Amino acid sequence: MAARHKSVETKYMEDRDTVLRGLARLDRRTFLKVLAASAGAVMAKGLVPPHTFQLVNVAEAALDKTTSAIGASGTPPFSFAYVSDTHMYLRTLNQRFVKGAVKAVEDVNALDPQPDFVLFGGDLAQLGRPEELEQGKGVLSMLKAPVKMMVGEHDWFYDMGEKWQELFGPPNYSFDWKGVHVVVLMSVHEKDFWTARKLTPAERMQIVAGLDNGIQSRFEVGEEERAWLKRDLAKVPATTPLLVFSHSPLYKYYRNWNFWTEDAEQIQAILKPYHSVTVIHGHTHQLLFNQIGNISFYGMLSTAWPWPYAPEGLPPLTVQMNRADPYDQLDGLGDGQVNVNKDGLADMMYNLWDRNPVTVRAQYLRSQGKVYRPPAPQFASY
Amino acid sequence: MISKRIVLLMFGTTIAVACLTVRGARLHAQQTVTHDVPVSKSGGTVVMLCDGKTSIEVKNLKPGEMMSRAQAQAVSDDLMAKWRRAHPGERWEVAQASPANEGSMAAPAAAPSLSVQQGDTYASFQPRDYKVWKAETDNFVAEGKRVFHDAKALGSTIGVSCDMCHPDAANTHPETYPKYQVQLQRVALLRDMIDWCIENPVKGKALDPNDPKLRALEAYIYAQRKGVPLDYGKH
Repeated sequence: MAARHKSVETKYMEDRDTVLRGLARLDRRTFLKVLAASAGAVMAKGLVPPHTFQLVNVAEAALDKTTSAIGASGTPPFSFAYVSDTHMYLRTLNQRFVKGAVKAVEDVNALDPQPDFVLFGGDLAQLGRPEELEQGKGVLSMLKAPVKMMVGEHDWFYDMGEKWQELFGPPNYSFDWKGVHVVVLMSVHEKDFWTARKLTPAERMQIVAGLDNGIQSRFEVGEEERAWLKRDLAKVPATTPLLVFSHSPLYKYYRNWNFWTEDAEQIQAILKPYHSVTVIHGHTHQLLFNQIGNISFYGMLSTAWPWPYAPEGLPPLTVQMNRADPYDQLDGLGDGQVNVNKDGLADMMYNLWDRNPVTVRAQYLRSQGKVYRPPAPQFASY
Repeated sequence: MISKRIVLLMFGTTIAVACLTVRGARLHAQQTVTHDVPVSKSGGTVVMLCDGKTSIEVKNLKPGEMMSRAQAQAVSDDLMAKWRRAHPGERWEVAQASPANEGSMAAPAAAPSLSVQQGDTYASFQPRDYKVWKAETDNFVAEGKRVFHDAKALGSTIGVSCDMCHPDAANTHPETYPKYQVQLQRVALLRDMIDWCIENPVKGKALDPNDPKLRALEAYIYAQRKGVPLDYGKH
C-alpha cells in the first residue's frame, strides 16, 4: 500500500501497539526501543507519566524478565501470532466478518519483528462452502509470516473436509520448532447424526454451525487420531516442551454449546508424561484459560463475534473479559500473540480490539493463580 | 402437530359450538381468526368445526336463534362424527385421560374438598385447560426460538441470526429491563433492544412492537431466564 498521511490517533495507536507487543519479550535492545516508543505514545496522547499504562507495564515486564530467567532450560524463546474464528461468509453477503479477518491480518503484519509463524485457529468459513474457504485462503495469503493452518467445524461439515484438505493439506500434523514439539489436531470430529436423519450437506453444516443446536454430536479427537498422536509422541522425550493446537478446548467446559471435547480425558492422559504442555484452542471466542495438571490451556479470540460465558463450567482460573459492548462491533474481538519462554512455557497476549490488551502468563496458571493474576472485569456475565 | 392435537382435545371433551368461538387462529397470532362459514341454502344455520373445513347445516335453526343444550350437543356430535369419518385412523387423545403436565404450567393438584375454597371461576378450570394453556405457551416460545435462530425469518441481509452471539439467548438478560440505555439515550425495554439488534448487527428492518415475530422473540428470551429474579434497571 502506498504511503499516506497518518492522523495523530493512528500514530498513537501504532506506537501503543509497538510498546505493548515489545513488552512481552524484553531484552536490553528492545527495552530501549520500547522506552522510546512509549515516550512517543505518551506525547501523542498528551498525557504525563505516570498516568499512562505504558510505563507501568514496562516496569512490570522488566520484573517479569528477571523471574523468567530463573529455571531457563536453554530453549530459545520465540513468538508466534494467532488469528482465529474468522467465520467468513462470502464478502458479497457479509462484509463485516471479512473486514474483521483483514484487520487481524493487518495487525499481525504490523508486528516488528515478525512472529516466527501465524497459527490460524479454525473456523475460517461460516458455512463450509468451497468458495468461502477459497476466499478465506485469499485473505490469509496476505499474511507475511508463514501460516500454520488448523481446521474448525465450520470448515468441515459441508463436504466433510474435502475442500479444506485440498486447500490446506492434512488436518492433523506435527513439527518441531526451536526445541518445542508442536502438534496440530483435528478435534472437531462428530459421530454421525446426519445419515439416519437423511440430512443434506447444507442441513448438516447448518446444525453444526448452531452452537445451541442439540441435534449434533459432541466434538472428539477420535480413536484413530488419538492413536496417531501416541505414535507421533513416541519419539518425543518427556522433557521436550509441547505445544498443542486444537480447535475444541481439549477439556470439558460446557456440553450444551460443544465447548467440549468428548475424549478430553484420554487426550490429557496421552499428554500427561510431558513436563510442560500448552494447549492453544479456538472455538470459544472469549478470554479463557485453564490449568489441568501439567497442561496449560489458552482459548483464542475471534475476529467475527464474541461468545458469552457459559452458564456453568467456567474454569476457576479464568478471569472473564468485560461484557462486550453490542454498540461496538469490534469489542470483545481481536487476535494475539504467544510468547514461548526459555523454559518452554507459553505466555498469551490477548490483543483485544478497542480495549487494553491482557497478558496471561504461564506462571499465573502454573501457580494456580497465586501470581500475575490478570485484572478483574468491571462487568462480568449476567 | 401440536396444534392438531389441541384441536382434537377440544373436540373430544367439550361442545363443538363453544369450540367454534374460541379456536381457529395460528397459535402465535394475535387476533382471533374467523372462518368463512358458508351461507345456508335452506335459510337455516351452517355450523362449522374449528378446523375451518367440516360443517353441517342445521336447517331448522334460523340465524340468531339459540339451540337448546341437547340440540347443541347433538349438532356437535354429528360434526365430530363427520370429521372422524373424513379422518380415519387420526390420532385421538382425551385430555382427562392424559398424564399431568410438569412444571408451573401444570394444573394444581386436586384439592381436598373441604380444606380449600371451591366454586369460583378459577377453581373450576380442569386439567385439560392447563394442558391447552401450556401447549399454547410452549408453541409461542417455540416460534420465538425458530425466529431467533433463522437469519431469513429475522430479515437479515447478511446471514446473521440472534443465536450467533446469544446461544440459548445467553447474555440477553431480559430481567434487567427497563433500564436506561446510554447509547439510545432513553429507558429501553427488552423489545427495544431486540429491535436494535435486528437493525444493527443483524442488518434487517426493525419489527413493529405488535409484530408476531417480535412478540415470539420476547417470549423465547423470557422463557430462557425462568427462575431468574427480576432486577429492572440493572447494568
